[in-house]
Amino acid sequence: MFLKEYFKTVYQTISSLLTGMRLTGYYFTHTKEIITQQYPETKPVLADRFRGEVIMPHNETNEHRCTGCTACELACPNGTIKIVTKNEINAEGKKKKAIDTFVYRLELCTMCNLCVQACPSDAIIMSNAFEHSVYDRRLLTKVLNKPGSKIMEGVE
Amino acid sequence: MLEELGTNDQGDMIINVGPQHPSTHGVLHLVITLHGETVKKVEPHLGYIHRSIEKMSESLSYRQFSYVTSRMDYLSSHINNHACALAVEKGLQLEIPGRAQYIRVILDELTRIASHQLWWGALAMDLGAFTPFFYSFREREMINEVMEETCGARLTMNYIVPGGVMFDLHPDFQKKVKIFLAEFKSKIHEYNELVTGNIIFQNRTKGVGYISKENAISYGMTGPSGRGSGFKCDVRKLHPYELYDQLKFEEITEEGGDAFARYMVRIREMEQSMNIIEQLIDNIPEGDFQAKTKAVLKLPKGDFYSRVETARGELGVYIVSEGGTTPYRIKYRSPGFSNLSALNDLAVGGKLGDLMATMGTLDLVIPDIDR
Ligand code: SF4
Ligand code: SF4
Repeated sequence: MFLKEYFKTVYQTISSLLTGMRLTGYYFTHTKEIITQQYPETKPVLADRFRGEVIMPHNETNEHRCTGCTACELACPNGTIKIVTKNEINAEGKKKKAIDTFVYRLELCTMCNLCVQACPSDAIIMSNAFEHSVYDRRLLTKVLNKPGSKIMEGVE
Repeated sequence: MLEELGTNDQGDMIINVGPQHPSTHGVLHLVITLHGETVKKVEPHLGYIHRSIEKMSESLSYRQFSYVTSRMDYLSSHINNHACALAVEKGLQLEIPGRAQYIRVILDELTRIASHQLWWGALAMDLGAFTPFFYSFREREMINEVMEETCGARLTMNYIVPGGVMFDLHPDFQKKVKIFLAEFKSKIHEYNELVTGNIIFQNRTKGVGYISKENAISYGMTGPSGRGSGFKCDVRKLHPYELYDQLKFEEITEEGGDAFARYMVRIREMEQSMNIIEQLIDNIPEGDFQAKTKAVLKLPKGDFYSRVETARGELGVYIVSEGGTTPYRIKYRSPGFSNLSALNDLAVGGKLGDLMATMGTLDLVIPDIDR
């Protein structure tokens, strides 16, 4: 009786181990099914919506759509965005508020997308960039509006 | 404190596991009293990853506060966001569109599967088997890709917003989810072949870390850990939210109460989640994915509570509002904290090596415990 139990356990042990080993052997011989990505050599293809960094798109004539309304600054939960505005005199000689600098601190950003959702004039979007490492953390504080850029015609 | 460490007067050894220990999956610090190799007492020391999320939320608006909950139980971040949105919607008495409800539930269940997959791989690794980790990540990657396409993130989604969801579904969503379901259905047997049936695994989990149903209830263990002791505690069944009252699925319970029972609950739950997704994926209604809401949300004076079933158990979100744009107080009832409180009961009398199996099957996520 005892012996029978003993051999049963031995049999179960060996068969359960072999079942597992069969699977391992399968993948050992079917290397095509292994899906490792060789990361730095082949770059991953990320989805369009992947949120990697906030950017402000500019057109060919160095114009952006940001009016300096600070809605994004208010929507941001952790103070990543700081907008400095200035007063500009436009063509008709009227004073108008415009952005001076759009400061974006990548090291604080949690990629939550709330600023992009809050922007009434679609001036900022999320880009796919994900390789953010730098040697100096000061490089992570960015100014999103390009030097010399101005607001697009017709954006209010 | 320092004098207490080392040995005590009965000759027991007192050792620290963590806060930096590979098998605690995060910064959990356990002070363990050992008699030989037998565990006499386990005392968790918390606070290493406390970020005062509850206090922080008091200064965030109702649109902002939920993104932080992705960082609590990061493996069910989508479900955490869901709980927050439900509480805010209760306050606003907002009806959310049918399409948004379908999207939310499908993604909830995908998150649950992804979480259980990661748990499965990590548990096997704790018990000394390294390859299962890769197999589970292979399938989890498919879910992550779906999430990335639709939500824009792989882990910290912030996809659910009060009133619905942030974007509409990606055009490929249904196709990809169906591919995943077909693929995972044919692969889940590999999980059983590799680990469930394995004799070493069974010997290390059967009869280990036992807790009775009564004790599980009195510790407030919920989720698969509670259901492993036969405690019917699935919020989706008891207090259905969104579409769960219209869905056909089984609440998985096991009577064993040991580590193996908790393991089996999760394995079987993955099948149930796939079953739920199958019921929904072909019938997603057309329409809006977000209800119309004001730019600044204001909740009326009062308190609002919502509860959901995350991959680890019951998450409760309690909002006290004074009528302003920010909450007066937010309290999270996190599943991990209650489940951890039972650890002493589970581990005492067992061996030190069994503690890893016990802890692994409780499926602790430390940021969820500390918040
Ligand atoms: S993505 Fe979120 S954290 Fe980052 S800047 Fe926008 S609102 Fe702030
Ligand atoms: S980016 Fe958009 S929200 Fe922010 S200041 Fe410019 S226009 Fe306003």
